[in-house]
Amino acid sequence: MKALKRTLGIVWILLGPISTIFMFWQAWDKISTAPAGIDQTNTALQWGIILLIYLPIAAGLVIFGKYALAGEFDELPTNSEEL
Amino acid sequence: MNHEPKTNNIFKVIGASSLGTLIEWYDFYIFGSLATIIGSQLFPSDAGASALINTLAIFAAGFIVRPFGALVFGRLGDLIGRKYTFLLTLVLMGGSTFLIGLIPSYQSIGYAAPILVLILRLIQGLALGGEYGGAATYVAEHAPKGKRGFFTSWIQTTATLGLFLSLGVIVITKNIIGAEQFADWGWRVPFLLSIVLILVSVYIRMKMHESPLFSKLKSEGNISKNPLKESFSKKSNFKMVLLALFGAAMGQGVVWYTGQFYAQSFIENTCKVDFNDSRYMLLWGIAFATPFFVVFGAWSDKVGRKWIMLTGMLLGVLCYRPIYQEFLDRTDVSNVTPSEIKEVSAPTILRTAIHDAAHTVDLHNASTAVKTIKHESGDSLVTTTTIVSLVDGSSFHKVQVDTLYADASKAIGHAPVLYKDKKLASNDFWVFVGLIFFQVLLVTMVYGPIAAFLVELFPTKIRYTSMSLPYHIGNGVFGGLVPFVATLIASFKGSTPLSGLWYPIGIAALCFVIGTIYLSNKRDENVND
Repeated sequence: MKALKRTLGIVWILLGPISTIFMFWQAWDKISTAPAGIDQTNTALQWGIILLIYLPIAAGLVIFGKYALAGEFDELPTNSEEL
Repeated sequence: MNHEPKTNNIFKVIGASSLGTLIEWYDFYIFGSLATIIGSQLFPSDAGASALINTLAIFAAGFIVRPFGALVFGRLGDLIGRKYTFLLTLVLMGGSTFLIGLIPSYQSIGYAAPILVLILRLIQGLALGGEYGGAATYVAEHAPKGKRGFFTSWIQTTATLGLFLSLGVIVITKNIIGAEQFADWGWRVPFLLSIVLILVSVYIRMKMHESPLFSKLKSEGNISKNPLKESFSKKSNFKMVLLALFGAAMGQGVVWYTGQFYAQSFIENTCKVDFNDSRYMLLWGIAFATPFFVVFGAWSDKVGRKWIMLTGMLLGVLCYRPIYQEFLDRTDVSNVTPSEIKEVSAPTILRTAIHDAAHTVDLHNASTAVKTIKHESGDSLVTTTTIVSLVDGSSFHKVQVDTLYADASKAIGHAPVLYKDKKLASNDFWVFVGLIFFQVLLVTMVYGPIAAFLVELFPTKIRYTSMSLPYHIGNGVFGGLVPFVATLIASFKGSTPLSGLWYPIGIAALCFVIGTIYLSNKRDENVND
């Protein structure tokens, strides 16, 4: 199980940037295809907010993967003293 | 020092905490439920400006301000205490809800109206971000060992009951004063009513004592000096925040949102079920399922939190598509045979001049319509609506839209027939209630034990901060994005009405895998540390 936890860390590390690229690609696609004017501004505003909140989450996934790869989750703390 | 509370005291604690949290959810939901009326009363009729303000109100309040509120009030709760912090969130939420009910219309004060709505909505999001962590922590720190899941599950019922209460107050107010008066001024009543509920709740909460664990820390001088720094810059704690988010909260968020909101939206907008019927189904489903928050919360005290939550996610992954396919199949009226039809009403015909929406004429029968159209110049849309009643007791509106061209040499254009306002036969109605009940049951599995799970993951001195952020990112962001991402997926080439489900299915599956591999099922019986 420890090996699996660590190996999957690579998947989580990769998933962060891959999902971010997908989100940026979608944002670009939707904003560029929205009708020019207020619709385009509104689409850009929506995607701007989504990306603003998604970037730290994707970064968190990469850090989670890094911790997993480093074996930080091999044994979880059993009480708060260990935190 | 013994911190085991007496049973009657713990029920006072639960009552005071749950009532306030329920009211906060009620306040948050009535805005969403009345968004259309608020839009027509307080927003400009200019669709563009209105859309921008709406976007800010919906996206910013849900996705940015809520997690930000979790950080602001979480920090405050770990510094000055749980009691005063969640008193503050309650006052902010109730005050802003009450004030939304007092905002003059756009006709009276112009752009000040939507800007005030936006500001108050952002305050609501901020307050909601701070409330839950405080209530859950407060109850958990009063709960005896071995019963933390049971006692905190009462807090978990409040999100669903808040939705139930908001729908109920709106339906009752509308029925008492009538739809016309409700659209004019009656929509303000549910907002104004909030102040009474808040005053009662603040009075009750004022009489409560501070959490015994926080009081002990404070008396010993051991409270955190910088909860944000300790929560997120200390690796040993930050890794648990990430684990809580990716291994539990994000899956919980999408299951929660799909069961309670996406289901209703899908039934109403995709299946075209009648407005009232779709709400009654949801109300029944919620009413039957709500007790299971407590059942699964209590059960998690015996078997652990992990597998109950993950089973709820797995069942969602496996069952969402069959459930929503069943919704589609049972509302498909395109293949109704003549022998199934009991009655077809006389057609109602509405003629709209193309490019001139002001010239709309409501005509009551087909012969008059044709006569009138002959005298009009320019192209027209003719909408013919008939109400079809079936022998099984169901009915639907059949809508045919034809384009009539001024140039008589052009053939009449026929759009595909639309079926809407479907009222289901009794057996289908209850099948729908059962399917919604099952989805809310999954919500109770993932949501019932999660407060105890989060509380046990973090130490007392930074508990409020540490548990609030993953909860609100999971619930508010991952859950709140369900309609947005579902619509996004539906825009992809080759998508079907069920394609939007891949988002909650994918996130729940990812969370299930992470939770299964990384989470421990062991309960931390000691939250005094």
